[in-house]
Amino acid sequence: MRLNLKIWRQKGPKANGKMVDYTLNEVNPEMSFLEMMDVLNQQLVDEGDEPVAFDHDCREGICGMCSMFINGRAHGPMTGTTTCQLHMRHFNDGDTIVIEPWRASAFPVIKDLMVDRSAFDRVIQAGGYISVNTGSAPDANSLPIPKQNADMAFDAATCIGCGACVATCKNASAMLFVGAKVSQLSLLPQGQPEREERAIRMVEQMDKEGFGNCTNTGACEVECPKGISIENIARLNREYLRAKVVQK
Amino acid sequence: MSGKTKTGLIKSSIGKKVFMGLTGLFLCLFLAGHLAGNLQLLLPAEVARDQFNAYAKFMTTNPAVKLLSYLTYFSILFHAVDGLYLAWQNKQARPQAYYKKDDAANAGWASRNMAVLGTLLLVFIVIHMKSFWYEMHFGNVPVYASIEHGELKDLYTLTTTAFTEWWYVLIYVLSMGAVGFHLWHGFGSGFKSLGISHPVYTPLLNGFGKGFAVVVSVLFAILPVYLFLTSLN
Ligand code: HEM
Ligand code: SF4
Ligand code: FES
Repeated sequence: MRLNLKIWRQKGPKANGKMVDYTLNEVNPEMSFLEMMDVLNQQLVDEGDEPVAFDHDCREGICGMCSMFINGRAHGPMTGTTTCQLHMRHFNDGDTIVIEPWRASAFPVIKDLMVDRSAFDRVIQAGGYISVNTGSAPDANSLPIPKQNADMAFDAATCIGCGACVATCKNASAMLFVGAKVSQLSLLPQGQPEREERAIRMVEQMDKEGFGNCTNTGACEVECPKGISIENIARLNREYLRAKVVQK
Repeated sequence: MSGKTKTGLIKSSIGKKVFMGLTGLFLCLFLAGHLAGNLQLLLPAEVARDQFNAYAKFMTTNPAVKLLSYLTYFSILFHAVDGLYLAWQNKQARPQAYYKKDDAANAGWASRNMAVLGTLLLVFIVIHMKSFWYEMHFGNVPVYASIEHGELKDLYTLTTTAFTEWWYVLIYVLSMGAVGFHLWHGFGSGFKSLGISHPVYTPLLNGFGKGFAVVVSVLFAILPVYLFLTSLN
C-alpha cells in the first residue's frame, strides 16, 4: 500500500522543528508501524537524507520506548497497544499519517520523534522504591496479602513508563503514571514503612518536573497500552492526602 | 528515603485539586438550596410576591444563613482563582501544541472545557450579582408593607421585571447550559479529587452527578423563561 507521511523533524533540542511530508510506495500491511518507519529510514538513507530518529527497544510491547503520537493519538488509533504492536493493516492505501513526538514541557524533544523522559526516572528516584532489601520470595502464605490487593498492586505494576498518559492528557499530567507507581507499593506490606514519605516525595518531584494538573478527563486510561485504571489517580490523591495528615 | 518534606498542601498539584473539589462540591449544595428558594417564583403572582420577598428577607438577615453566604462567596472566589491558576499551569505544561490531536477520541467535551465553562460562569455570576445581590443590599429596592410579614423589600418585582427582556432571559438560559456542562463532569470529578473512589459507588456517584447537572440546570433555566412568558400576558 501507498502512504503519505507527515513527520515532525527537529535537528536538536534547541532547533526549530517542522512537519515534513514523505511518501512510501510499497508498505506491506503485515508490517508493524516501526518496521514501516525502518523502511522509510532506509529510503531516506538511500536518498542521502538524515533518517528519522525515534525511540524503540523491545519491539514487543514491554519496554515502553516507542513513543509516537500518530494521527492525533498516543501510539495511534488502537487501544491497548504500543506503537511497536500497531500494524499497518489498520491503515488504508492512500492514507496520510501524521507522526509527532510526545508533547510536554517535562518531555523535551531530543531529536525528531525522540523525547527525554528522564523526568519519570527522577520521580521514581524520589520514592518509587523500598529502601531495604526485602529478601527473596517469601514462603507461600507467610506474608498474607488480600487477593484483591495483590491483583490491584499487580495491575498497577504493569505500567511500562511509556508516557502515553502524559502525551494524551490535555494538561500533560503524569498522575496516571505516578498513581500506578505509588499504588503498586502502597497496596503491599513491604511498602508500608515508607508509605507516607513515598507519596509526598513522588508528588513533589512530579510537580517540580512541570507536569500539569489532573482534571479527571480519563483520556490517560483510554490511551494507556497497559490498561492502567484511573482508579490509581484517586488512590494517589487519597495516599497523598493521608500522608499529609499522618506524616510526623 | 530520608528528609522530611514540608511543602504546604496548597502548593502541590493534588492539594489545589482537593480545594477545587471541596469548594466545587460545596457550591453544588449551594446551588440545590438556591434552586429550592427560586422555585417559589413559579407560584401564582399574588402568593409568590409576599412569600418570595419574605424568603429573601430571611436569607439576608438570618445569622446562620449569613455565615453560609460568606462561605459561599469565599468558595466561589477561591474556586475561580484556584481553577484559573490550575488551567494556566496546565497550559504551561504543554507549550507546543500538537499538529493534530484527536481530543474527542478519549475524553468527554465537558471534561475538556472546564476552565472555559467556569469562566463563563464567573462572568454570569458577576452579572447576576450586580442585578439582584447588589440591588438587594446596596440599591434602592422599593419597600412595601405586607399583610403577613411586615415591611418587605420588593425583590420579587425587581426579578419579574428583569425577565421581561428577551436578551436577559437568553443570557440566563445559556449560562444555565454552562452550569449543566460544568457539573456534568465536575460533580463526579470533585469526589475523585478528594480521593474518593470505589468500584461500585463511583459509577453510581457519577450517574447521580450527571442527573444532578441536568435537573439543576434545566429547573434553573425554566424560571426566567416562565417569568418572560407570563410577562407577555
Ligand atoms: C456555582 C458555580 C460553580 C460550581 C457549582 C462549580 C463546581 C465545580 C466542581 C464540582 C468541579 C470539579 C472539581 C474537581 O474536579 O476537583 C469544578 C471544577 C472546575 N471549576 Fe467550577 N464550579 C462553579 C463555578 C466555577 C467558576 C466561576 C470557575 C472559574 C472561573 C470555575 C472553574 C473550574 C475549573 C477550571 C474546574 C476544573 C478544575 C480541574 O479539574 O482542573 N468553576 N467546578
Ligand atoms: S500509566 Fe500507562 S500510559 Fe502511563 S506511563 Fe504507565 S503504561 Fe504508559
Ligand atoms: S519498542 Fe518496547 S514497547 Fe514498543
